[in-house]
Amino acid sequence: MEKSAINKAKKIFLSIFSGLDRQLGLILLGLAAVGFITFLSASQNTPVRFEDELRNLALSFIVMWIVSRIPPKWLETAAVWIYGFGIALLIAVAIFGLIKKGARRWLNIGFVIQPSELMKIAMPLMLAWYFQKREGILKSWDYGVAAIILGIPVLLIARQPDLGTALLVFAAGMYVIILAGLPWKWILPFIGLGAFGIILIIIFGNTICAQDVVWPLVHNYQKHRVCTLLDPSSDPLGKGFHTIQSMIAIGSGGFFGKGWFQGTQSHLEFIPEKHTDFIFAVFSEEFGLLGNLVLLALFFALIKRGLAISASAPNLFTRLLGASVTLIFFTYAFVNIGMVSGLLPVVGVPLPFISYGGTALVTLGFGAGILMSIHRHRRLVQS
Amino acid sequence: MVSFKKPDLDSFQERIHIATWFVTLCFLLLVTRLVWLQLVSHSKYALLAENNRIAVVPAPANRGLLIDRNGIVIGRNYSALTLDVNAAEIKGNVDELIDDLSKIVLISPRDRRNFKRSLEDSRKMGTFPLRSMLTEAETARFMANRYRFPGVEIRARSFREYPYNELASHLIGYIGRVSQRDKERMQAEIETSKTDDPDALQASFLPGIQYVGKIGLEQSYENVLRGVPGYDQVEITAGGKPVRTLSSSPSIPGKNVVLSVDIKLQYLVEQLYGNYRGAFVAIEPATGDILAFVSKPNFNPNDFVEGIDSVTWKELNDSPQKPLYNRPLKGIYPPGSTYKPFMALAALEKKMRTPSQSISDPGYFEFGNHTFRDDKKGGHGIVDMQKSIVESCDTYYYLLARDMGVNMMHDFMKPFGFGQVTGIDLKGESKGILPSTEWKKNTFKKPEQQKWYEGETISLGIGQGYNAFTILQLAHGMANLANNGIVMKPHLVKAIEDPFTRNRTLTTPKESYRIDLAPENIEIIKKALLEVNISGTSASVFKGAGYQAGGKTGTAQVFSLNSKEYNHGATAEFLRDHALYVAIAPIDKPTIVLALVVENAGFGAQHAAPIARKALDFYLEGKWPKEIPEWKRAP
Repeated sequence: MEKSAINKAKKIFLSIFSGLDRQLGLILLGLAAVGFITFLSASQNTPVRFEDELRNLALSFIVMWIVSRIPPKWLETAAVWIYGFGIALLIAVAIFGLIKKGARRWLNIGFVIQPSELMKIAMPLMLAWYFQKREGILKSWDYGVAAIILGIPVLLIARQPDLGTALLVFAAGMYVIILAGLPWKWILPFIGLGAFGIILIIIFGNTICAQDVVWPLVHNYQKHRVCTLLDPSSDPLGKGFHTIQSMIAIGSGGFFGKGWFQGTQSHLEFIPEKHTDFIFAVFSEEFGLLGNLVLLALFFALIKRGLAISASAPNLFTRLLGASVTLIFFTYAFVNIGMVSGLLPVVGVPLPFISYGGTALVTLGFGAGILMSIHRHRRLVQS
Repeated sequence: MVSFKKPDLDSFQERIHIATWFVTLCFLLLVTRLVWLQLVSHSKYALLAENNRIAVVPAPANRGLLIDRNGIVIGRNYSALTLDVNAAEIKGNVDELIDDLSKIVLISPRDRRNFKRSLEDSRKMGTFPLRSMLTEAETARFMANRYRFPGVEIRARSFREYPYNELASHLIGYIGRVSQRDKERMQAEIETSKTDDPDALQASFLPGIQYVGKIGLEQSYENVLRGVPGYDQVEITAGGKPVRTLSSSPSIPGKNVVLSVDIKLQYLVEQLYGNYRGAFVAIEPATGDILAFVSKPNFNPNDFVEGIDSVTWKELNDSPQKPLYNRPLKGIYPPGSTYKPFMALAALEKKMRTPSQSISDPGYFEFGNHTFRDDKKGGHGIVDMQKSIVESCDTYYYLLARDMGVNMMHDFMKPFGFGQVTGIDLKGESKGILPSTEWKKNTFKKPEQQKWYEGETISLGIGQGYNAFTILQLAHGMANLANNGIVMKPHLVKAIEDPFTRNRTLTTPKESYRIDLAPENIEIIKKALLEVNISGTSASVFKGAGYQAGGKTGTAQVFSLNSKEYNHGATAEFLRDHALYVAIAPIDKPTIVLALVVENAGFGAQHAAPIARKALDFYLEGKWPKEIPEWKRAP
């Protein structure tokens, strides 16, 4: 009687975790643990409650679990609908959206949502669906169609204005397009042009950052961000202040770090948004280069695993989707660490599974769930 | 179904391969960067972290002044020496430090409480005042012992001061230390505002704000008065001690607010009330400028600036006189007979009466089995419209109300502003009650309560029944009448002044709308009002006035102003009638109208009209009553 109850419980327990990719699960658990440990230190003097962080982590896990149970076929069927729904929401935002801090990004439907967040998932879904449909009969003009599918939401989001999210959604789509086989002769010129542009900005930084030079297509504050990256001391009180301070925090951490809860820079309130976008500075200061190598190894393992899952996925849709989601994780991590360590301009990108924040965690959980689902259903489809 | 076409798979796996290399490269870049920061440059950053911690110290902006219409400053700032403690440098127990300090300077329990609260609110970052307004002796004593208290210093700080203390307290309001709730509200304001650079707004706005307007004009003009705090970027040592200022961005002082109020008139009226409670509003009808806005009794706003002590707070809060209650803004009273001129005008406009139509008044009016009495036993005899106003004949208006019905009255009175918010530049205005059948249906729950009874209409005619208005509404209504139906929004502030250039920007609202009234009808009413002060109920009060003023007395039965609280323990005094008075002067070209109530004072003619007379004497002729202490400019 009792034994059967235990067996039953064991069975239920196993069925809950069956199908969750063990490797991916352990990596994510590791990241979440790092995130939580750092969060405790970072939020020491802030009004953010750690119960909220726990709840967000749990929510993220639940979303991941649910999505991992959804067969990729369903996602494929729903792709167009999700994408269409996302576009509809973005148009609704443009018309009725709430304005906060000068940007129209939110929609009030009883509670406030940010539809551009949905697009981060909807975009790779839609494009992967499209390329799956055109598999084997792919023509050059298909990339034109893909560009339109990609361009509409990106422009809508860029207009809000939310350049950071627009770039991430753009990247998510571009990953699918490139992986689907966009010819190298089209890719390379852009890479060359980009590199050339970056070199130009670095060389002529002083000239184009002069006060009266107006950059086309970007807001004044966005120009400002690029310019303060080139020379953080030009704006010691604004964005430059953040970069200088987070660099001091990271640099002073040294090889072994100052120890958990021992970070002086981050605890003296020099680090802005230290439990969200700048949490890496807190971690770096307290756990040093050693900790950073562990963290980077975790991220690298996450991406390797994600790409491996994608490579062995059953069809083009799942392959493209899985790889794009994985590369988005990479982009988040790279852009965030790059920005906090002063390599990249300051844009609002969280560090995956480490930064505090419900929406991002849920989106990330969704992405991880997709990977798990692809992994889980690989055999089912093949056999 | 599943296709593993060879070329596709190869192409995809090839690209995955490239992606892996790309990712690896990027990670190597990050590792390089981190090695650069944490190994190669570690000593440099460690030094920076140890010795050159940079702190951003907010520099509060000077708050704008409050200035009356004649340039008298009624809200200002002064600088005083305070004992400041740098939270980062407190070693050990806070209470012990304060105990030690209190041997040198006086530190009250309230100072201690306030200081500890700021410490908690700020999460122990920054410098906070422990004791303000140090005396010279205290300053000297502290300087001699300074070495014993690292992190404690004397600094000059700016404080808000209301030089006339209680004067005009309800319209000025006060400022107080910013609370968490205030900050959340301001954050929400930022988020809904439009600007090019959200970050700049954020950075320049919240952290340096220490005080915020809590009520009155200090609250409603907060965004004008506050200015933008600046910052000093300060190098501090590991111990948090400031070494030098690296750069600073100056604060932008708040703008001055120029009131439409004549503060001398305000002072006079407040004195005239003596120990009576009540409300008084005077308006310049052509502009909507509020000339005086009195709520008695009042309180001293200076008590609130640095956090009010619990004894004073309890006294103010528990007093049956309700000194914190903004009577002209929130208190609702039945208008009593002051309503009659509006009723008469309605009768003319709606063609229900002609001026010469008369009634015979036996001293009462019977409706159903209820008798409505006139205040004069035996009645006023034959009463035409003018006489009905001059002698304040109730029976005339019982009949009129019955003939008009509640909804016709409602529709006529609404544009005058009765039972409507006037939109004055203060928060928390009461709407009052202008009854109609619709109103009753929406207000009550039970069906039998929702029904309008004919009998309820009768007493509306004499400004009783459900009628309940603020004194502000009554004054506004009079202003609209005086202004021949042109409605100006009443306001306490007429201009915003730049503190440097002294340039003034008018904020005076434009005409709201016009009530379509026949000029000859208005003339009839104004003539009757003039007659009230010549031969009517307030004739004796206005004898010998050097101008022609129209007026109307009123007496209202008490049941409003939070009657619930007065029901049981209240003394008989609180049950006496309220005395009301409204006036327009000069009657042919009005420059001032006023409405006032003296609570529980009895007859309007006896207690309310004399206040009006003296206020008008001063405003129109500059005469100052002998019994009132002279106005003195604040030092």
